[in-house]
Amino acid sequence: MSESAAAPVNDIALSIEKVVRTFGTARAVDNVSLEVRRGEFVTLLGPSGCGKTTLLNLIAGFLTPESGEIFVDGAPISGLSAFERNIGVVFQNYALFPHMSVAENVAFGLKMRKVTRPEIARRVQEALEMVRLPQMGERRPRQLSGGQQQRIALARALVIRPQLILLDEPFSAIDKNLRAEMQVELKTIQRQVGITTIFITHDQSEALSMSDRIAVMAQGQVQQFSEPIDLYRRPANSFVASFIGEINRLACTRRIEGDRAVLECGPVQVKVPTAQAPAGAATESMLYLRPEALRAVPAGSAEANLGTGQVQAQVYQGTHVDLIVQADNGWLLRLREPGFAALDRWPVGARLAIHADLAEACVY
Amino acid sequence: MTMADRIAKPAFIALVAVALAFVTLPSVVVVIVAFGEKSIMMFPPDAWSLRWFERALTYPDFRKGMVNGLYVSAWASLLSVAVGTLAAYAIDRFAFKGRALLEAILLSPLVIPHFTLGVGLLLLASTFGLARGYSVVVLCHLILVVPFVMRSVYVSLKNIDPMLERAAASLGAPPLTVFLRIHLPLLAPGLAGGWLFAFILSFNEFTATLFVTNNTTQTLPVAMYNYVREYADPTMAALSALLILATALFLIIANRFLGLDRILSIESHR
Repeated sequence: MSESAAAPVNDIALSIEKVVRTFGTARAVDNVSLEVRRGEFVTLLGPSGCGKTTLLNLIAGFLTPESGEIFVDGAPISGLSAFERNIGVVFQNYALFPHMSVAENVAFGLKMRKVTRPEIARRVQEALEMVRLPQMGERRPRQLSGGQQQRIALARALVIRPQLILLDEPFSAIDKNLRAEMQVELKTIQRQVGITTIFITHDQSEALSMSDRIAVMAQGQVQQFSEPIDLYRRPANSFVASFIGEINRLACTRRIEGDRAVLECGPVQVKVPTAQAPAGAATESMLYLRPEALRAVPAGSAEANLGTGQVQAQVYQGTHVDLIVQADNGWLLRLREPGFAALDRWPVGARLAIHADLAEACVY
Repeated sequence: MTMADRIAKPAFIALVAVALAFVTLPSVVVVIVAFGEKSIMMFPPDAWSLRWFERALTYPDFRKGMVNGLYVSAWASLLSVAVGTLAAYAIDRFAFKGRALLEAILLSPLVIPHFTLGVGLLLLASTFGLARGYSVVVLCHLILVVPFVMRSVYVSLKNIDPMLERAAASLGAPPLTVFLRIHLPLLAPGLAGGWLFAFILSFNEFTATLFVTNNTTQTLPVAMYNYVREYADPTMAALSALLILATALFLIIANRFLGLDRILSIESHR
């Protein structure tokens, strides 16, 4: 190999640079920049209307950006129509061609690429085997179940060996039990093929379980782009903190003492490292604590650091019990106790003190 | 069953029966009259015969009118499918200036009296020195039936999932290929249905046709009108009975192959 410039560019499969798209006066995608590494599974997660579907349509070429540029494998693509790009798309409603057999559906993209007939037959069969439906080639799409149709849609998108694949809420029309199975299967196939994947969902547990990285979107902007665990433990702002999982929000006043932020939450005083309470945060702040960062301890215990209260309700959820606690200073807190021991130990009406794992706290 | 149901159900059945009677009774009367023996239409006939059917099938003007009608309707319906499909496709898929105007113009024959169209075309044809040949008749029918074809194709287009177009594009199909390989096959039942209606409407059209035909180009309805002006025998009734039979058979066969229920219903994709 000859000398070449810095290699890392080659590692980026998809690069979105300052892309803007408006509808009327609404900025559906507002100055979004993202870089996705080759082979990475990235999820765009957000509530409906957050711009994630618009962003997907921009990448696929169904919409054009007003400004900014999208690069696939280093080449700008905004000048290319959807049919000139080499990007596979799997749609929420499958969008299989109803007048073609399953095999013809899968073969469509190969025919468009003028692949030879025997080669098409071979690759179609290979693709059907990959999604574990090798016998279904002659069927019509409507003769298949929803899950089977979605697997065919995946095979159809992958068989053209696209540079990346986009999945638009692919499992939202599939019932819950099958959905979990499909998630595992998609992840397995994705890892086998090693294809760069952009997955769209509004289902946070789906996003957390499948993704290498997640881009949380709201109001057309990426709120945070990081690995699932960071998203959960270190949300970048109050939107992400509230959107992902359940969380307790406690109003407090903040001041800095050395390398600690001191939070006055009514009668309770909490100290956290300043790294967890960004300097930009207002004096009037919110303390965010996950239910599993809170633990019930006997009243008067030395471990108590978040005041005292009384159990108002128990929510049994199989793997854990959530205690809804009315704190003496007025907060309504959710505590998560693993197992089921808490059911007997902290009955409704019991007095308790609360221990918070402050390493898990965030302040905004 | 509640009291209201007990009254409502027979009332509903009675209403349907009355409506059916209103719709079918005139045809039934005509068919019965056709089997009369006397050389004047009377109901009910006092003697029976098939001789008016024989006359209807052998009368030269009717034979010529039948051939003319089939010729004109074949052209008008085929052209209307081509024009109506392109127009419906353009109006549904593309946003362009004057889209609403184009739609209004193409649908306007629905509100313009056939009489007006016939007279207008006649005047235009004579102004431009066009002979009253078949082309004017075909043009006249084309204008009249295009709205129906357009509607039919439009409904079929609405039934096509817009995501199919995107799926095909993402797989590398340029717009023309999307039309030919995705939309056209899925539109086929709608096109066939549109063609069917166009053909029947064209074949039965009288008011406008009266003005734009002459002795050599007259279609069957015009020939029938001319016949009625001279004779009052049941030949007309016999011919009507034959036409009802032919049209019914045509529709039954078409329904078997096309499924008219599919053409006439809208599922919701959007």
